[in-house]
Amino acid sequence: MTRYTSVTDDDLREMLAEIGVGSVEELFSDIPASVRLDRPLALDEGLSEQEVFEELRALAARNVSVEDELTFVGAGMYDHYVPALVDSIIMRSEFLTPYTPYQPEVSQGTLQAMFEYQTAICELTGLPVSNASVYEGPSAVGAAGYVAKLENGRRRFVVSRGVHPHSREVLATLAHGWGMELDEAPLVDGVTRLPALDADVSAVVVQQPNFFGVVEDLAPLADAAHQAGALLICACDPLALAILRTPGECGADIAVGEGQPLGNRLDFGGPSFGFFASTEALMRRVPGRIAGETRDLDGRRGFVLTLQTREQHIRRERATSNICTSQALNALAGVIYLSWLGRRGIVELAELMIQRTAYARERLGSVEGVTLVHSRPVVREFAVRLDAPLEQVIARCRQQGINPGYPLGRDYPEHAGCLLVAITERRTRADIDRLAETLGTAVAAERREVAGAKA
Amino acid sequence: MKSFIAAADDELTIFERSKPGRRAFVAPALDVPERPLDELLAPALRRSAPPALPEVSEPEIVRHFNRLSKRNFDLDTGFYPLGSCTMKHNPKLHERLAALPGHARLHPLQDPAMAQGALELMWRLQQALAEIAGLPHVSLQPSAGSHGELAGVLLTRAFHEDHGERRTKVLTPDTAHGTNPATVTMAGYEVVKLGTDEAGNVDLDDLRANADEQVACLMLTNPSTLGLFETGIEQIAEIVHGVGATLYYDGANLNAIMGVCRPGDMGFDIVHFNLHKSFTQPHGGGGPGAGPIAVSDRIEPFLPRPQVVRRETAPGNGRQGPYYDLDYDRPKSIGRLRGFQGNYGVFVRSYAYIRSLGAGGLREASEVAVLNANYLLARLRREGVAEYLPAAYERLCMHEFVLSGTPMKRALEIKTLDLAKRLLDHGVHPPTVYFPLIVDEALLLEPTETETKETLDRFAEVVAEILREAREDPEIARAAPYTTPVRRLDEASAARHPVIRQPPRQD
Amino acid sequence: MAEASYPDDVLYHEEHDWARVDGELATFGITWYAQDALGEVVFFDAPDVGTTVTKGQPYAEIESVKAVSDVVAPLSGEIVEVNEALASSPETVNDDPYGEGWLVKVRLSDPAEAESLMSAADYQATLQ
Repeated sequence: MTRYTSVTDDDLREMLAEIGVGSVEELFSDIPASVRLDRPLALDEGLSEQEVFEELRALAARNVSVEDELTFVGAGMYDHYVPALVDSIIMRSEFLTPYTPYQPEVSQGTLQAMFEYQTAICELTGLPVSNASVYEGPSAVGAAGYVAKLENGRRRFVVSRGVHPHSREVLATLAHGWGMELDEAPLVDGVTRLPALDADVSAVVVQQPNFFGVVEDLAPLADAAHQAGALLICACDPLALAILRTPGECGADIAVGEGQPLGNRLDFGGPSFGFFASTEALMRRVPGRIAGETRDLDGRRGFVLTLQTREQHIRRERATSNICTSQALNALAGVIYLSWLGRRGIVELAELMIQRTAYARERLGSVEGVTLVHSRPVVREFAVRLDAPLEQVIARCRQQGINPGYPLGRDYPEHAGCLLVAITERRTRADIDRLAETLGTAVAAERREVAGAKA
Repeated sequence: MKSFIAAADDELTIFERSKPGRRAFVAPALDVPERPLDELLAPALRRSAPPALPEVSEPEIVRHFNRLSKRNFDLDTGFYPLGSCTMKHNPKLHERLAALPGHARLHPLQDPAMAQGALELMWRLQQALAEIAGLPHVSLQPSAGSHGELAGVLLTRAFHEDHGERRTKVLTPDTAHGTNPATVTMAGYEVVKLGTDEAGNVDLDDLRANADEQVACLMLTNPSTLGLFETGIEQIAEIVHGVGATLYYDGANLNAIMGVCRPGDMGFDIVHFNLHKSFTQPHGGGGPGAGPIAVSDRIEPFLPRPQVVRRETAPGNGRQGPYYDLDYDRPKSIGRLRGFQGNYGVFVRSYAYIRSLGAGGLREASEVAVLNANYLLARLRREGVAEYLPAAYERLCMHEFVLSGTPMKRALEIKTLDLAKRLLDHGVHPPTVYFPLIVDEALLLEPTETETKETLDRFAEVVAEILREAREDPEIARAAPYTTPVRRLDEASAARHPVIRQPPRQD
Repeated sequence: MAEASYPDDVLYHEEHDWARVDGELATFGITWYAQDALGEVVFFDAPDVGTTVTKGQPYAEIESVKAVSDVVAPLSGEIVEVNEALASSPETVNDDPYGEGWLVKVRLSDPAEAESLMSAADYQATLQ
């Protein structure tokens, strides 16, 4: 017996007698001997709770988290402050441990929370339809591509180079299976420049703000896509949508994005959630779970999973996607967080980030050996070029307890030697000043090294 | 045209509770020189009105969601025998571990040299899953079972293309979970359905007739969704491999066989795990989960990018290893299925579970899962339930079993749906209903190993009582439930005229 | 509609669809058996006017809460009218499957095809 099972010797005797077999072994008699495992699994024996705790704690201690250093790394997931009430609510058994709400009469908590989440996403994106979440950001872009393919059956996607590299890769991986191809739209002066679009283009895919933090002008991109009969898919930063003109207002057909900044942990990349919103016209093609309002027998208001005929458990091979699991708990954290921020709070938060990012840009841009890559408007992230060996500069900063940003060279060879710097509400003016000083010192030191080596 | 319904004051949405001016969050004071917003972001780039999020104070938020939570039935509170879902206890230790800042507050793009704890944890989890599956190479990237299935089918395609072949079909049994055919279509293949024989196994003649060189893969669950072990698995593997196709294992029912037998040893090439089933990740009302995959040597080159690997020395400094790293140098990889490296928070919990149970504990979990299911089936028979709800197949079951409500419908005039709704009044969650599709009025029960004998006894008694009640008056079950926060809901109306958001306020 | 009904003024296709022929034009719909099996209809995904339909081939989908079904054309031709009222009241298909619950009107390309359809009696026989 382990601590999670309860079969005593007496229980076992009674149960075997009830079943009518002599041993547990007999219950496995359908399994051919030739495929039976004839030895124990080559794993250690089980540990006590305390031992497991110590082991996992020791592993945690070998990770440098955002608690252990001053970080300016973003690039898709961000170090935001999550208020204590989020955890206190989502850790409740009633939210943490139930299954997907297939029996709505005993799942109104989950279903109503989904409905409220859907409403909040519609408000953020400016689109009338939202599902109850998908796995995360990049796979949401892939799912949006699938909707476009089902909608118009065309053969190509035009994807901006400013879309997150992971999202572009996911779409490429999936598109291969659909026999579709990806063409890239370049960035010129930091924003997307669309090529001429023909009738073969299923969808144009852009990101807002783009990967370099630069704000795109979405409306002309939507117009160009529609004129060619294509959809516009926009991957967006949910907090930036507090301020930016919404994808809906600009004419996007589908808005998706990474939901981690909304009340979710970093968790080394997951779990989080992806949001997925669309126009009314695409409602019956939207993937994933959707909660809808209705009445019960007595006329009481209630909520149910609706439009289920889109989904795999009914439509099977003709489903709009294969999704079964959503990210219910993470989306719940998201709607709690958005309720906590509130209508005024989210705008204040976004404006705070914009002001501090502007300040950071100014401070860093005036550091010797550091230049801004773009001059266009940004919201909470921007790129800088260092006139010194990047790896060594980063190493020096880390010795001072600072992680100065995400190196862009691996994903964007044309920006080798550049860093992507993210500013959240947790980064104060003092933090930014410290970054500027440390970066300045590190760059200067490395430039001296280089000069010394040359001499 | 349907319009929005206003609710009784007890069940308002957070938007309905909102009152202009209320707030919970106050932004920190601006500590940098303030620049005019128009300068930083031209008005043309800004939205015309702020998002109409709720305006509420902290106590209101807490009370709102707490009250909502009490309208849910959950596993910590009661028995949840949902077949195919493996609703086993979620150990409380796991939440404490997942919340440690070294795990929870680690940025996914942290330098691997400063995330060695995380990468080692992932690597060790991979090793453990490989041993359980009997297949040596594991990717933790897929986010859910169906995501793992998609990975498996894409890997199959890459494998065939690498051999210069373009195959067009994937076989699935008619008992398959809906995600299987949906995945096949999403991956760009045609679904071909195979029949099930009278013993509840895949029809081998049907398989032989359909297995040709256009077939890329056979997707199988073993035990099947009927809760029965595919006794012909070795012949199945031979037929499938004989035409050069891959054999894919849907791990939804792994809970029946851990430490007893392994999919790799049965001939499967690709296996996916549902960490939110056998490995105790809490279901969260529908997610998150994770769907890692294990594959054979010949499939390994195509695994998603990046892979977590263990090196003997750290790159760059020559220090002796081991060093855990993310390997992107995979020229034949299918690419990415998601951002970053997967649902790490889920890995923490699953790894803790495997370390807690160990070799003996995992095997015991499967043994008790199978014991509990067979006991429950026998106990239901003792209550006389079999006359109305006979087992669909007269065989020993594994960790779950299927009953058919057809005799009950004829004799008592109540359907499986009505029985399920009446169970809610008795404080248990119903089993899975109307799945698998090949059993009429199906009821799929999976008790799992973490339930006591007393819970199983009580459930059998409750079912018997509902049947007795239906003999007296079938109308009671037909209008059930009565004691839940809401009664039966009008799903047709919700589908005809969907109202899927709170309408915007008109002020 | 509570009781099974198979009127004599329409012809039947084995995939549970009916046709009411009037010279070159015909009206199509689904039979009582089909709507009963589906359950409450929630959505009819109507094809565009001008679409060609082929005898025995699906031309649209009809959805209930828990199922999706292909709707098969009993005869070949071109769609000249679609029942717009179903967009706001799909349940009409259940209430009046042979009357107000009609799906499309078609200009037949080969009226002689009607000879291969079944009478009400023959169709009912297939349901045993």
